[in-house]
Amino acid sequence: MAEQARERPLSPHLQVYNLPLTARISILHRIMGVALSGGLFLLVYWLWALAMGQPSYQQAQAIFGSWLGLSVLLGFSFALFLHLSHGIRHLIWDAGVGLNKVQTQASDVWVLLATGMLTALAWMLGWLLA
Amino acid sequence: MAELKLPANSIVKKGKTVNQAEGNNVRNFIIYRWNPDSEENPRTDTYQINLDECGPMVLDALLKIKNDIDPTLTFRRSCREGICGSCAMNISGRNTLACTKAIADYAGDIQIYPLPHLPVIKDLVADLTHFYGQLTSIEPWMKTQTPAPQDKERLQSKQDRAKLDGLYECILCACCSTSCPSYWWNSERYLGPAILLQAHRWIQDSRDEATGERLDYLEDPFRLYRCHTIMNCTNTCPKGLNPAKAIAEIKQLMVKRTL
Repeated sequence: MAEQARERPLSPHLQVYNLPLTARISILHRIMGVALSGGLFLLVYWLWALAMGQPSYQQAQAIFGSWLGLSVLLGFSFALFLHLSHGIRHLIWDAGVGLNKVQTQASDVWVLLATGMLTALAWMLGWLLA
Repeated sequence: MAELKLPANSIVKKGKTVNQAEGNNVRNFIIYRWNPDSEENPRTDTYQINLDECGPMVLDALLKIKNDIDPTLTFRRSCREGICGSCAMNISGRNTLACTKAIADYAGDIQIYPLPHLPVIKDLVADLTHFYGQLTSIEPWMKTQTPAPQDKERLQSKQDRAKLDGLYECILCACCSTSCPSYWWNSERYLGPAILLQAHRWIQDSRDEATGERLDYLEDPFRLYRCHTIMNCTNTCPKGLNPAKAIAEIKQLMVKRTL
């Protein structure tokens, strides 16, 4: 028998798999976690500006108050609340609860709803207090 | 680090339309082909089938292609009733058994690929050697210290027997493990949902006396804890089992035994 002709190909995975919503949220959770670590630098910058006195603080406020700054903050708060909501779901899962298909599909919706509502709530509070 | 792209020799090229079917109920089946004797990359060929002349399941369509259109199409199948697990494959983006999946469950073209992220032997036949090796590693048989009763079997209460429900039904088709991104990226060290469900089947068995050893083997950052509850396993299991829950229960046992 001839030697094996050539190296076997790897069958397609991400390229063809139709990821369920739960898996998509899981990926988003990972990405948001990385984004939050990056976002911490923004918080440090803001605290640093505050410590450096009024001019630098006003500059930081101007940056965060610009459209670009506000968009980044919106993204940051969304990431925070998604990570929080899905993190709580992980806690419940780790207790062995809510792990069947129907329950998971329901909690997908809850995670996304909670993320949206918490983000909206935070911005409404910020707007009211400003 | 996860390798998200396919290696150069694995990138799938668009193939040809093999035949034209006549009739009012024609469906396209787009099927992954790779021949180890050719120098070419894998490709997807399109076959047309008049569903009025074909059985109801996806496996019926594959058999019709092999019998009537293209005898070179290669795939595994045996029992055609969802108990052998041979015809596990990726059908329109989800892993399932071709024999128990109805063509009517899909709208439009049906895409058929081998189980994901495995070395391909030919067409829809993937190499499961490593998967079976991992099964062997968890020693899936009853292990005992105490001598067996003289004149009867090792008995089990109905309650203890009920603990095996949802575990013993697994047919090891590998749909779940090959649906799991954690298994895609770490299959050398992560055991994957199917094998962990099997491990749990023995951990839960009241007659088995090696529970401690079994947990010792699994207590590892990769073997067990690469499960990140992505839930693809439970979502795809063609037998309706719940590997994610089995894994969560093993994780709970790990905590409980340290308390």
